[in-house]
Amino acid sequence: MPTLQEIALKTSGADARIVSGHRMCSGCSIGPLIKTVLAASDKPVIVLSATGCLEVVTTIYPFTAWNTPWMHVTFENAASVAAGVEAAYKALKRRGRIEGDVNILAVGGDGGTYDIGFQALSGALERRHKFMYLVYDNEGYMNTGNQRSGATPFGASTTTVPAGKVSFGKPQWRKNLVEIVAAHRIPYVGQAAVHNTLDLYKKAQKGFNADGPTVLAVLQPCTTNWSFDPALTMLYSKLAVETNFWPLYEVENGVVHINTKPSNRKPIEDFLKGQTRFRHLFKPGNEHVIAEMQTMIDDEWARLLKIEESGIQF
Amino acid sequence: MSERKAWQELGLGVELPAATSLGYKTGGWRVLRPVWNASECTHCMICVGYCPDMAIPVRQTDEGVPGKGGRVFKGVVRLDSNLDYCKGCGICAHECPTKCISMIREEEAEQAACKL
Amino acid sequence: MGVKKAITGAQAAAEAMRQINPDVVVAYPITPQTPIVEQFAEYVADGIVDTEMVPVESEHSAMSATVGAEAAGARAMSATSSQGLALMWEIVAATPGLRLPIVMSLVNRALSAPINIHCDHSDVMGVTTVGWIQIFSENAQEVYENLLLAIRVAEDPRVQLPAMVNQDGFITSHAVEPVEIFDDALVRKFVGVRSLDRALLDVEHPKSVGPLVLPDYYFEFKRAQEEAMSKVFEVYREVGTELSAITGKQYPFFETYRTDDAEAVVVVLNSAAGTAKAAVDAMRAQGKKVGMLKPILFRPFPYAEIRDALKDAPVIGVLDRSMDFGAYAPVYTEFRNALWELDKRPAMQSYIYGLGGRDIMTTEIEAVFEELLSGKVDPEHQRYIGLRG
Repeated sequence: MPTLQEIALKTSGADARIVSGHRMCSGCSIGPLIKTVLAASDKPVIVLSATGCLEVVTTIYPFTAWNTPWMHVTFENAASVAAGVEAAYKALKRRGRIEGDVNILAVGGDGGTYDIGFQALSGALERRHKFMYLVYDNEGYMNTGNQRSGATPFGASTTTVPAGKVSFGKPQWRKNLVEIVAAHRIPYVGQAAVHNTLDLYKKAQKGFNADGPTVLAVLQPCTTNWSFDPALTMLYSKLAVETNFWPLYEVENGVVHINTKPSNRKPIEDFLKGQTRFRHLFKPGNEHVIAEMQTMIDDEWARLLKIEESGIQF
Repeated sequence: MSERKAWQELGLGVELPAATSLGYKTGGWRVLRPVWNASECTHCMICVGYCPDMAIPVRQTDEGVPGKGGRVFKGVVRLDSNLDYCKGCGICAHECPTKCISMIREEEAEQAACKL
Repeated sequence: MGVKKAITGAQAAAEAMRQINPDVVVAYPITPQTPIVEQFAEYVADGIVDTEMVPVESEHSAMSATVGAEAAGARAMSATSSQGLALMWEIVAATPGLRLPIVMSLVNRALSAPINIHCDHSDVMGVTTVGWIQIFSENAQEVYENLLLAIRVAEDPRVQLPAMVNQDGFITSHAVEPVEIFDDALVRKFVGVRSLDRALLDVEHPKSVGPLVLPDYYFEFKRAQEEAMSKVFEVYREVGTELSAITGKQYPFFETYRTDDAEAVVVVLNSAAGTAKAAVDAMRAQGKKVGMLKPILFRPFPYAEIRDALKDAPVIGVLDRSMDFGAYAPVYTEFRNALWELDKRPAMQSYIYGLGGRDIMTTEIEAVFEELLSGKVDPEHQRYIGLRG
């Protein structure tokens, strides 16, 4: 069983695969997210990043925070670049030109995954390349200042779908990426949150070690664009789980297993309050939005419980 | 910052050797600075795991170090925050289970240092 | 010498790829390129090559995966046409900046809209500015040889830029010709193996590829890329000389046909050059002194050499198989640029022909020659061959 001590050694030492000096916002939860995932690989990791927060803040020429092979090409192709790397790895190994094993990690934000990178991800999963796809989900295009994505929650205000006199923000619920990728019948999908370091680490290990393509979806609270005090980053991650907004669960060989079942699920207001992107929901006239949100969350949770109970395989 | 290179001095392709960001000290961003009280620490590693900037170094120790309640903590222990990179986000202070980290304003810390 | 096979231009491309036996081939089907990857897929299925072939879900992913594979350290190839090229344009533009020597077959097909699957050059002429080496092929034999040449030129340490080898859709890609295929062992030795010294998979020397570059450095990176482009001429000559030892052919930047004493010269790329040669011969038989120039290396563009070849031609007609709407046609533009420096410039006429696969006849090119010889040219207004109305 891994321990926080082991993880600390891997993420802090000279061999850490990502190092200090990057330009993440103060309090950015991508930092603990990526360093924990990278530490979970017992082999060297090749990282393919989509355009987005992680890529931009870690590599502003001539500085790079990566201490592991890394490449960025464009916005929508982390998964297809990774597919090419995987094909090269297989070919060069088969031809005896390289030795040793590696893990391949494609990383995108929710924008680069749910939206513009969706096709490339689906294709790579269908072709069964052996790689892990990590999505750091901050629920919008945060690198460019909070534009709406397919992962933005119902009721959130973004700059492209702002709350205003005749709008309460995003009128659609977000996509369920875990179920979409599980429908590709891949060996492992994990949904994790950045505050639960051990859970995240174990899921990343499973993702790296599975015999085929895997996806790890991690909620990544964004202090700058969800807009809250940076010190509260982990608190918001915890509240997301405690309100059932972001259940911690896995789909292992098609079977759902929920990791955490809050005994007293907190009302969604506890998660929403203090985030500027939801501030408008507390104004008179918007109560129905919160009510609808609560209903959706409760329905989704009930449905997830039923799927788990049934043992049905994706 | 070193002088910028001419085009003839760039290496082949748009590539960088690993970990050059260590040359960029983000500590200058700080408004708040963490103050860690080692005598109240249990070396639980929560702050180390959460730090976005890998700014809490650790070391391995068999003899251990004294911490909360006078106990000796062995194995992996934390050290002082690395102020070259710490951005002062305050996550460590907020999440510490024993509340042994507090955040003080950077200018107070600097003034205190000047008085020495 | 080699073995003659009756094959299409697409099969000739696949033959070259068979001998190259790349580490990775990434493919997405699009007419009229598809037979290249279909033929290659058969080689894979029968174990004739041991390439890792990745059948992706779009051309954008095709070029992305090719880039990933090449950056990882593999020799990776692909093929596309028209809409596929247009879809992968984003990555095609990124590839030279990343200095990845990918070689791709481009089977020239008209761009939509309207949708048309037949030959013209609007696809390739839309990507001339981003920094790929561009080589054009008149027939299947040239396609085969150009691909072998392209691998060595692209991967040369002085260059390290991607290259596209063009051929006319359907006209060359689907028509059967006798093609001389040279000895496998000789070709394999010529092509060699790609060095792993830039491989991302070299985990002992981790690096970051493709960082963000701000206004303080972007310009310098692009200048360095241009420097590499300027080295292509000398590398092309050297590699051509080496390939000549196997094939017995020459590899000039362009081919001149009976231009020495020509009073009118027609400039034309790819398959219509063959038609033009027949027209030249027919005119010459009537005692008219005409000639043809066929560009082969189009990027980088050999301005000085072109100028030198055409300085004594009194009048030049440039046949473009694409338009640049609202501006002079692309090949015409390059030739005007090349000839601008001359004290005594030739008269010039721009012609648009063959769009959307419209055939061009020897008689039509003869009519062009008559027009050029008559001196009735208007350099500022393009004319259209075979257009109704």
